[in-house]
Amino acid sequence: MKYVDEFRDPIKAKALIDEIHALKDKIYRIYDKPLQLMEFCGGHTHTIFRYGVEQMLPDWIELVHGPGCPVCVLPMGRVDDCVTLAERPDVIFTTFGDAMRVPGSKKSLLQAKADGADIRMVYSPLDALALARKNPDRQVIFFALGFETTMPSTALTVLQAENEGIENFSLFCNHITTVPTIKAILDSPDMQIDGFLAPGHVSMVVGEKPFKFVAQTYDKPIVISGFEPLDILQSIWMVLKQRAEKRCEVENQYVRIVPAAGNPPGLNAINKVFELREFFEWRGLGSIDHSGVKMRGTYSRFDAECKFTVPNIKIADPKSCQCGEVLKGVIRPWECKVFGSACTPETPMGALMVSTEGACAAYYNFGNLPKLLAKRQQKEQSNENKESAA
Amino acid sequence: MSIVPAKRKLRADIITLAHGSGGKAMRDLIEDVFVSGFDNEQLSQLEDQARFNLASLTAQGDRLAMTTDSYVVDPLFFPGGDIGKLAVTGTVNDLAVAGAKPLYLTCGMIIEEGFSVKNLRRIVTSMKATADAAGVAIVTGDTKVVHRGAVDKLFINTTGIGVIPLGVNITANRAQAGDIVIINGYVGDHGAAIVDARGEMELENTIETDCQTLNGLVETMLQSCPDIHCMRDATRGGIATVLNEFAESSSVGIILNETALPIRPEVRGMCEILGLDPLYLANEGKLVAVVPADHADEMLNVMQQHPVGIDSAIVGKVVSEPSGYVVLQTIFGGERIVDMLVGEQLPRIC
Repeated sequence: MKYVDEFRDPIKAKALIDEIHALKDKIYRIYDKPLQLMEFCGGHTHTIFRYGVEQMLPDWIELVHGPGCPVCVLPMGRVDDCVTLAERPDVIFTTFGDAMRVPGSKKSLLQAKADGADIRMVYSPLDALALARKNPDRQVIFFALGFETTMPSTALTVLQAENEGIENFSLFCNHITTVPTIKAILDSPDMQIDGFLAPGHVSMVVGEKPFKFVAQTYDKPIVISGFEPLDILQSIWMVLKQRAEKRCEVENQYVRIVPAAGNPPGLNAINKVFELREFFEWRGLGSIDHSGVKMRGTYSRFDAECKFTVPNIKIADPKSCQCGEVLKGVIRPWECKVFGSACTPETPMGALMVSTEGACAAYYNFGNLPKLLAKRQQKEQSNENKESAA
Repeated sequence: MSIVPAKRKLRADIITLAHGSGGKAMRDLIEDVFVSGFDNEQLSQLEDQARFNLASLTAQGDRLAMTTDSYVVDPLFFPGGDIGKLAVTGTVNDLAVAGAKPLYLTCGMIIEEGFSVKNLRRIVTSMKATADAAGVAIVTGDTKVVHRGAVDKLFINTTGIGVIPLGVNITANRAQAGDIVIINGYVGDHGAAIVDARGEMELENTIETDCQTLNGLVETMLQSCPDIHCMRDATRGGIATVLNEFAESSSVGIILNETALPIRPEVRGMCEILGLDPLYLANEGKLVAVVPADHADEMLNVMQQHPVGIDSAIVGKVVSEPSGYVVLQTIFGGERIVDMLVGEQLPRIC
């Protein structure tokens, strides 16, 4: 298939892997540990597991799978709000497919649908607007979710609704922002990441500039990466090359999609409709300043949070969950105490087990489970031995 | 001189609750649509049950196979098929993959009031044509009409009986290290066709279902190698699910070669857009067979000569470790585990 197969070519992959191996001795390493690279975006995590990219890399490179899966990091309280909205008899609640399964404190949207709520899966916010046009006597709410990638399409849909004078359409806005979250990870005291792959589709909207602080303030190389497996390998190679040459900058591997300045009309639409929230709650990471957006006051009539009452109750993450440590690269997913036992894709406890883009779900689904659990046991044993020796 | 009652005619345009009430309206429906539509000796007796001659069954094999399945597909008509064709192929295939020769089907219909008689006739005609082509007869049935909203348009249940020939022993727990995995063509067509037919994607291409009966192919396969170890048709859950069932039941590992998997470009394209995995998409005319290695090449050759096996391919092999797991060697040169799905596949946000 054109424009796809070219980016999955095993011969080119082999060549890139050889290039990566060749960089080993040139890379200055201060720690006695593998070099940790974080791919921020859940789409990257998915590709890495889907194509088995991780096992192709040498063992001195470790990939840390970041929090860039908007479905995973949605806190339980917000899912409860969705369910409350969806269960109103006057409401048609519309959502992207993979948000249906995220557990709330009582039920997911999938369960609410089974209980009789009118919940419909859509492929675009425009599908939701079309439903509003078709059902003037119902209130159609679109569950707006995602990073900057999906913000322009929701913003433009609101502007379209305004133009057409459609009043029975609103957003339940849960859009989140990338930069404050990367910053929160970088500021964390136990952070161990040596370099970043920046999200390609977010960058397509926001451009290269917002990521400069990673290189300039925190001295970490960062490469904007595409989503095909060769994109990922090339981006990893570019990060390593920066380290080998003692450079720290923003580089753009995904030039076929990402213009340096991003997408100005998209950014304009975002700025027109949305403004930063003071803080937003993340499953696994807690509250992060300015990490979400809400609708501006001028658009409050399209804001489900203004139009309807939502309970807005904060539900704490389960204590046994170690999602935060996994997200910062302190432990690997299978090292978490509840991984594969209390926390599985059927009954996820933590953010990262929720969607297939979450790191834990990816390890659980695509990894060799008995082997991983044996490894965890081995590690626990050696920790115990160390403690008793001390 | 005996008086032969005039053949009953159904003159209504839509099905109403009266057609399920047990009275004359129901007789009109049964005789005019089902009995004359399915047209066979057994059904035209209008008895409450079909009756079989045991001697003729035992002449064909030493075990009976029986299976049942319900069909609730939406939309009822889609490119390459409809719910009726599906209701026959699905049950015929469930018998065929045990190596059984399918013989008789039942047909239970639950109809929503208001359903169009024209569409019902169209579905019955499709069932009859599919049954004839597969060499099976629909010999008994049941009809219920329910209030609007109690079912979605039309649900069909079919139960099938077939005979397994002496010496054929196909079960999910017989895969052995060294065996070869063969599939009879492109995967994921049916699942993709249904998503496409719902019209939500507005794709340029029309994807056709692979809905087809497999008993003819299986008969040829058994002639080539009676000792097929495992075989299932890969319907819901796709080939990933079937292979996981084999791996688990047989306590073996299965290595799947992504490069060898036949997937149509239009199906791949849709999966790329929606973030779906064709390994989990439904098929309605695809079987996965595990055969001894020394028969594999000949088996592949025989399958490729058959009309429903032209695109057959060897897609993997059975190994002893990792036991209970299916491992995909990816196009890219990496490896990953292919697990069973937790729920249904849902399109990804971005």
